[in-house]
Amino acid sequence: MGHDHDNDLDPMTARVRALETILVEKGLVEAAAIDAIVETYEHKVGPRNGAKVVAKAWADPKFAGWLAEDATAAIASLGYTGRQGEHMRAVFNSPEQHHLVVCTLCSCYPWSVLGLPPVWYKSPPYRSRAVIDPRGVLAEFGVELLADTQIRVWDSTAELRYLVVPMRPAGTENLDEEGLADLVTRDSMIGTGLALSPGAKA
Amino acid sequence: MGDGSVFEQPWQAQALAMAQALQDAGVISPSEWSQALGARRDAANAAPDGRDYYDSVVAALEELLARRGIASKSALEALSQSWMRAAHATRHGQPIELDNDPVRPGRR
Repeated sequence: MGHDHDNDLDPMTARVRALETILVEKGLVEAAAIDAIVETYEHKVGPRNGAKVVAKAWADPKFAGWLAEDATAAIASLGYTGRQGEHMRAVFNSPEQHHLVVCTLCSCYPWSVLGLPPVWYKSPPYRSRAVIDPRGVLAEFGVELLADTQIRVWDSTAELRYLVVPMRPAGTENLDEEGLADLVTRDSMIGTGLALSPGAKA
Repeated sequence: MGDGSVFEQPWQAQALAMAQALQDAGVISPSEWSQALGARRDAANAAPDGRDYYDSVVAALEELLARRGIASKSALEALSQSWMRAAHATRHGQPIELDNDPVRPGRR
């Protein structure tokens, strides 16, 4: 990818090519299928999908009810679907309870609505400390909750992934779904942030 | 927490996509993948800042293929060396193909 005179592959690229060569030669995976997934990662998934889900839940109580009941189906109705066998559950923040998502085992993440996980989500300190000291982790993210707000930590698995629906900020009565979606940050849907206030856009 | 693009290098996207494609094709199950990756991502093996995540993805893939008898680690190592030689022997601007490896060991 550089401007070198030689076409040298770095070792990681070579290892990945070796894996792909084997998988394709043995007919286990098609090269086109790999390319299509890369394409999806790059262009079709990201936290804007999740933000639209949250904004719709804020604006439409019926949708919110469906999301609470059957998040996999409600989210799929907006065109965001995960792989077969991946189920979604939406957890709703309230003044009494704040939800925080982690995957202590590896880094399972609701990629169809949030894209790929940020680096810190995959780091061992976050994965262990989110469970042991969620309030301390939140403080590091600049999130201060009321002392009597309970924090509930959800541990994602390969089969079940969580989407946090943050509380709707005050002063947003006049916003449409698009305006609301702009207030929903990726971190607010993991639970390491809150939705933005109008006028305080990132 | 800079997080513009989630991939710093194309191989990272390729590696993750292969893991996904293997699950889609039913070659491995999602929980099998999550176990294999998780084994590489514990505090003893993974960098505290998560930067080596995609290295773990590649290592977990290699391990799974070896365990399944699909490709041994030494076969993968030889093949990746072959790719590196092929790249080196390919003129700039030409597509890199495995057949360009001048000493490709006894394949085909």
